[in-house]
Amino acid sequence: MIPAPFEYVAAASAAHALDLLGEHGDDAKVLAGGHSLLPMMKLRLAAPEVLIDIGRLTELSGITSDGDELVIGAMTRHAELAASALVRRGAPLLAHAAAQVGDPQIRHRGTIGGSLAHADPAADLPMALVALGGSVELRGPAGVRTVGADEFFTGYFETVLEPDELLAAVRVPSRPGQPWGYQKFTRRANDWAIVGAAAAGGRIALANMGPVPVRALAAEQAAAGGASPAEAAELAAEGTSPGEDIHADRAFRQHLARVLTRRALEHQRH
Amino acid sequence: MQVNLTVNGKPRSDDVEPRLLLVHYLRERLGLRAANVGCDTTSCGACTVLLDGESVKSCTVLTAQAAGQEVTTAEGLGDGDTLSPVQAAFRQEHGLQCGFCTPGMVMAATGLLAENPHPTETQVREGLEGNFCRCTGYHNIVRAVLAAAEAGGRDPAGDPATATAAATAGPGQSAEAAQ
Amino acid sequence: MSILGTRVLRTEDPRFLTTGGVYTEDVVDERLAGACHLFFVRSPIAHARITGIDVSAAREAPGVLAVFTGADLAGLPSRKGFPMINQEMAQRPLATDTVRYVGEPVAVVVTAEPYQGEDATELVSVDYDPLPAVVGFEAAQAGEVLLFEAAGTNVAAEFGNREAQRADLFDGCEAVVTQVIANQRVAPAPMESRSGAAVWGEDGRLTAWIPNQGAQGTRGSLARQLDVDAANVRVITPDVGGAFGAKFGADPEHVVLAWVARELGRPARWSETRFENLIGMTHGRAQENTVTIGGRRDGTLLAYRLEILQDAGAYPRIGAILPSLTILMAPGPYTIPRAEAFATTVVTTTTPIGAYRGAGRPEATAALERAIDLFAAEIGMDPAQVRRQNLLPPFTEPHQTDFGALYDSGDYVTALEAALKAAGYDELRRDQAERRARGDTLQLGIGLASYVEITGGGDESGPPNENATVEVHPDGTATILTGTSPHGQGHETAWAMLASDELGIPMDKITLKWGDTDLIPQGGGTGGSRSLQQGGAAVQQASQELIEVARGRAAAELEASPADLVFDVERSAFAVAGDPEASVPLASLAAEERLLVRAVFSAPGATYPFGTHVAVTEVDTETGKVFLRRVITVDDAGVVLNPLLAEGQRHGGIAQGAAQAFLEEMVYDSDGNPLTASFADYPFLSATEVPSFELADMATPTTYNPLGAKGIGEAGTIGSTPAVQNAVVDAVAHLGVRHIDMPTSPQRVWAAVQAAVQGAARKENA
Repeated sequence: MIPAPFEYVAAASAAHALDLLGEHGDDAKVLAGGHSLLPMMKLRLAAPEVLIDIGRLTELSGITSDGDELVIGAMTRHAELAASALVRRGAPLLAHAAAQVGDPQIRHRGTIGGSLAHADPAADLPMALVALGGSVELRGPAGVRTVGADEFFTGYFETVLEPDELLAAVRVPSRPGQPWGYQKFTRRANDWAIVGAAAAGGRIALANMGPVPVRALAAEQAAAGGASPAEAAELAAEGTSPGEDIHADRAFRQHLARVLTRRALEHQRH
Repeated sequence: MQVNLTVNGKPRSDDVEPRLLLVHYLRERLGLRAANVGCDTTSCGACTVLLDGESVKSCTVLTAQAAGQEVTTAEGLGDGDTLSPVQAAFRQEHGLQCGFCTPGMVMAATGLLAENPHPTETQVREGLEGNFCRCTGYHNIVRAVLAAAEAGGRDPAGDPATATAAATAGPGQSAEAAQ
Repeated sequence: MSILGTRVLRTEDPRFLTTGGVYTEDVVDERLAGACHLFFVRSPIAHARITGIDVSAAREAPGVLAVFTGADLAGLPSRKGFPMINQEMAQRPLATDTVRYVGEPVAVVVTAEPYQGEDATELVSVDYDPLPAVVGFEAAQAGEVLLFEAAGTNVAAEFGNREAQRADLFDGCEAVVTQVIANQRVAPAPMESRSGAAVWGEDGRLTAWIPNQGAQGTRGSLARQLDVDAANVRVITPDVGGAFGAKFGADPEHVVLAWVARELGRPARWSETRFENLIGMTHGRAQENTVTIGGRRDGTLLAYRLEILQDAGAYPRIGAILPSLTILMAPGPYTIPRAEAFATTVVTTTTPIGAYRGAGRPEATAALERAIDLFAAEIGMDPAQVRRQNLLPPFTEPHQTDFGALYDSGDYVTALEAALKAAGYDELRRDQAERRARGDTLQLGIGLASYVEITGGGDESGPPNENATVEVHPDGTATILTGTSPHGQGHETAWAMLASDELGIPMDKITLKWGDTDLIPQGGGTGGSRSLQQGGAAVQQASQELIEVARGRAAAELEASPADLVFDVERSAFAVAGDPEASVPLASLAAEERLLVRAVFSAPGATYPFGTHVAVTEVDTETGKVFLRRVITVDDAGVVLNPLLAEGQRHGGIAQGAAQAFLEEMVYDSDGNPLTASFADYPFLSATEVPSFELADMATPTTYNPLGAKGIGEAGTIGSTPAVQNAVVDAVAHLGVRHIDMPTSPQRVWAAVQAAVQGAARKENA
């Protein structure tokens, strides 16, 4: 299966990409690694008329320290993120999440910016960002705005990113030594999570339990109040309204959310 | 649009549609048909090639995205008459049956060993999770990759197996030489 | 030293590893220059009347040469099923007034370039008047909605004699267990999807390149569906990227392809997408089995009844008649004094069911092996012991079963013991007991399956047979023509081994040809694990006969009596006995007159390989997730020609069988929509889900062919499916679980554990 026809432009700079987005609006999509967008286009679930390729923009890649935050360029590939010494030290949950995405070939191409902008609630990086309480830098014609993880995702494959904005960078707190846990429940290794749970620094995020990566707030509060992982995890599914599919019905998903949350709170990573 | 890239060491410049997938460019435009299309969802890896030395699924890369980069396909491994260590190991260990997944599997394995020269069995299996095979049950593929790792770049069986298309043309195939 | 029985590396590998196999989509041939490309419009709805098709917009799309619908192909006959199938249940190459499954071809767009087809198909507008879908056995049998009005029923066929059912079958049994068991629909999903290329010559002959499992059968099927003489059809078989039973004959799309090529007077090509493959290629299995098994508490089996429901999908294909094989193999390798089996095949608004690795026999073993475990659980006996007690004792003279199968040779108990020993069975049970005592989250399950299966049977044309032509050329090379049709099995290597062993010609000088009906007009293809025992035997026989023909020529040449000549395989030459200098090379005897022999090998009947599989699983009792840790097998298919190839077949079979047990299923919703129509949704097995396998060797020869060989291709699948399923159930049996249907998904396992635990709690509170 092949995409419908489109125009292709290789952006010369981030500013150029923004100009193009401004010019084409909804008719255009940004092409980063292409491993969220191109699969959709090949299935004809998306058919933008213009693709703006930011793949060669070095200004959008790179991982640096900025005070007590790590700043990760949007074009950072999952493989690079997973291997980054900076990230493995300061935000190992994020490096681990990146290593879980798809398979090696996909990780060579997919980017953090693309993955977050795609906003699949079953994916690894959106859940990881919410668990870490990170934020995204959105660059638009009016300048740069920073949006926190809890506000960025608004629905299935929906974010606050405007058609004329570019997701330029991702920020996560750097917390060397902070315990963390990550659970991704799948049938096969390179599947999306049937349910996922990630926990760090008092925050718990769940994948595929709703239209966005959801915070397990009741469980967080219980844990903050001194409850054991098992006790806190009993509340993990509260307030969630997960979908049903061939892998799991609602009750099973909520059960998995509890089990995986407990294991994440116990700092299990597999 | 004009795209310039290098394929198996040779520079190429071609006029392509923006939506032309790299796998179709390699197969239809360049006649390099070892890479196969096996699925619609970037799942099966039969199309795997190396892009600047890293394994990628060429069905999910636009030819345009590969501009200025180096593509290596199965036809470009090895050295004329000699199989590469990974290719030789696949033969030695009977890591292929129908062969459809094989070029992609070999490229993925080559990429894997470049990044992790001494993988454990588990790491091999995880490293190949993006490559499906229906015939072998993966058992001998894993053995082949581990054998290739052990050979550490040396041809494990001193296999001088001839590798040219012309010498082993199958039914209905014209002698389309690799580029 | 003979190379037979040794691990000869495959001669076909170098090209596969470098330039790649040449599959149908890869074929470059001057006859196909300027070919147009087909893209099918398929029904998005399971059951509907077609009330209108508007192709006008599509016709105007870039590159479109033509758009055809069912009406354009009205001159072609319908595809009818086997004689025992209700003949009203026929399929048109393109649907005309009714569609009966999602994916049924409705129209075809023909374009100059391949990329244009997908664009244009979106412009074809079809009006559907929906009809209720018929999904599942209950709906099909209720018959409220019929797929074929003229048939008057949704029952396509029946097998076995229900009238002869005995009400007293289980009299005298101290324990009787009954269970409904799903043998779920799966997708064969070979890595190469279907494709084709076709061109009609000026002589009015069709040449078609089609990936298939037997060019001769494909030619016949194509000719019948095009209503032309088979002599006017030539089928060429490029490399085939796997088949697993689903590439026999010719599909509707191949018929349309050939028709379009004739209609437009231009070569035509077609390749399906994976989506099309997952809903358009025939599916496998799709049975529901009700087993009832009874016996004494000392473990002796007394009676067994197997009731089979077979889903044929919308248009009965070979899948519809496979229950006859399930019935044939119903009693398996056991002594069961009283056994009955019957089957009903129904149509449903889903993809048609075809053959899939094992084709009817895995279902028999899966049902029986579940039944054995259920019986063992009922009487509280070790499932290994129940098997040990009831397996047929070893035999070398053919053994006739009550179901009419003539097992040629078997030693089932030795296979069982060998597998248990290789698995370290007692050690595993100890580990399991310890985990249960500790109440570990991760529990261990051990599953067994003992099986016997039928390979290399004949068909309606006569006893099992295959032909081979062996020719030695003056330059010292040789060519073999075979009626088999390899698609990964390694016949280029295996048949060359056999010929080389007789002729003394090195393997790299031997070429195998197959799959071109002009070159090899007769042949049975490759399926049913027949190839080595018939096709290989034919190669050996032809080679031996060739030596005898050559002997006559050598005698003349050497002016000696044929009886005084010795054929020296090492030198590939005839020599006068006692005078090695007086010799003549075999190849030189082809100089004046061609030196070739065509032989037909006939077997007395089908052979029956057997074995035992032991599977070890870990089950996470909190989440239901299954981890397959070990599979240990004994697969006895007689004398092994090339252990490398035989092991490869076992590995592949084990993996596919295991995948059905705990992972794969083609799922339809109640409206007949397929929910697993991509490799992202259909849980095709990857390398991380299976371990390396442990194969133990055993070889009980057959006397049915000089090679002593039975068929190995499907045995792995037959044994591993129930072994893995049994292992999953076993892992949670201590919690009260008796049965979990396949695939043992986390949801199913967890639900079974919940139900058992709650059931136990209720009992306690009662």
